[in-house]
Amino acid sequence: MKDRTPGLPEGVGVGFKPEHFAAIAEAPQPVAFFEVHAENYMGEGGRPHAHLRFLRERYALSFHGVGLSIGSCEPLDRDHLARLRRLCERYEPESFSEHLAWSSHGGTFLDDLLPLPYTEATLAAVARHVDEAQSFLGRRLLLENPATYVRFAQSTIPETAFLAELAKRSGCGLLLDINNVYVSARNHGFDAATYLAEFPLCRVEEIHLAGHFATQDEDGAMLIDAHGSPVVSDVLALYEQVITRAGPLPTLIEWDNDVPEWPLLRAEAATARERLERASLARQTHACGRAAA
Amino acid sequence: MQDFQRAFATALLDPELLPPPGVVSHLSTSPRGRFSVYRNNVMVALTGALEARFPASRRIVGAEFFAAMARAFAASSPPRSPVMMVYGDAFPAFIESFEPAASVPYLADVARLEAARTRAYHAADAEPLARERLVEALQGEAETLCFTLHPSIELVSSSHPIVTIWAMNAGETEVAPIEDWQGEEALVSRPCLDVEVRRLPSGAAGFLEALRGGAPLAAAVATALAATPGFDLAENLVTLLGARLVVGVTRRGRLASHEGTSI
Repeated sequence: MKDRTPGLPEGVGVGFKPEHFAAIAEAPQPVAFFEVHAENYMGEGGRPHAHLRFLRERYALSFHGVGLSIGSCEPLDRDHLARLRRLCERYEPESFSEHLAWSSHGGTFLDDLLPLPYTEATLAAVARHVDEAQSFLGRRLLLENPATYVRFAQSTIPETAFLAELAKRSGCGLLLDINNVYVSARNHGFDAATYLAEFPLCRVEEIHLAGHFATQDEDGAMLIDAHGSPVVSDVLALYEQVITRAGPLPTLIEWDNDVPEWPLLRAEAATARERLERASLARQTHACGRAAA
Repeated sequence: MQDFQRAFATALLDPELLPPPGVVSHLSTSPRGRFSVYRNNVMVALTGALEARFPASRRIVGAEFFAAMARAFAASSPPRSPVMMVYGDAFPAFIESFEPAASVPYLADVARLEAARTRAYHAADAEPLARERLVEALQGEAETLCFTLHPSIELVSSSHPIVTIWAMNAGETEVAPIEDWQGEEALVSRPCLDVEVRRLPSGAAGFLEALRGGAPLAAAVATALAATPGFDLAENLVTLLGARLVVGVTRRGRLASHEGTSI
């Protein structure tokens, strides 16, 4: 397969929100790339495309799909694949990513990233879909680990092994959302650091960081992946551990709801950038120490 | 795999149902609270899309009434496409048949206007023809002069004063009693990046429809006059110019657009 994906720069990017456009356009921003939800740019023209053209000329771009339903048991939506291909051809983004999730069934789009059981059958089906999408788009895609609230009794494969095998079979890269790991770990009672130790980091080509909130149900506390608040310090600490092990990676601050003023979001990116630089330095120091010994 | 997704999707849209068998948490074999996170996410996403697209309609009936109406629509007509900018095209027709909204007979048409605004916002780009080029074209024969109109143009006709009502509820004008309750025709267009809404002069919608359908100017005027005896050509040409609706002109099939071909 011909791969036209050059990859994102190894810095900190920000999810683009139209309300920030004026502030962003005022001066060059200390942002390595901007990420947009592909589906929001599937109109013909107007302001969304004017914004995207502006960003394209000045920054690296990541397209993040939320509607392909790659984990669906039904065939992929060819019309949607065609829309994605057209958008990718129009803007040549440095990266295209989607989710290990499903969102459509029986012709209905449910507009949420829904979980799937991890079995040999679902693994084979998702791998076929990833392969089909990559062939159709003529580029590799990155697949993101989900934040989940329920599990399936029939699951037989750990999520980390499922993603590793998917990447191996389809050749796709992975997008590691550390907030999703943190949220799922709390919701399912596992240890986030152990999950990350098992995660196939060599396949990771982008990291997502976001905020969540805590709530309760009849079974006790749970976390909701809400993208409406700052990244918590526990997630930043896990991020540093990942970078120390994996080396610097393109990293995105996602903030989709209750969107703050641009300076606050830019400050969030600066915080992540400090962590990225510190962890990269620690890694080098560690490597030098090893070399000297 | 087919079965679990069907059961999951069905239970998502029906709050009466329990989580489907096999959906568990580490603490429960039927985690209703956990499952309802997904149910809530879906409803919030769908109703949120409608709230964002129909803010004036929402203001007219209030947040609570609108939320109930949006939930009823989302449950009966969930999206068919992952492109959410088109979700709600069928909402105005739903409002029309939504019994509790019958006391607000103009609501559906205001919603039609709002739906048209989103379509115009995302419509294809096209550069409006320069004013002097248009004036120049108008000096030639009206029998052979055809216009290419901007692709963003939407026309919404109502037996209620929908432009006035929309403007009041979109924060464009002060909310005030409407003394003269007359039907209005709305023109929605996006000549550059901003969507514009205008109240059209009498007969203009038919005139613009005829032009958009490819009728030469003289024929479009004849159509408009037949439908609206008081049709005022001068006033309509002012709208055509002022709203920058024309992106190209042709004569008897010969291209003479803004690209520079002479007329």
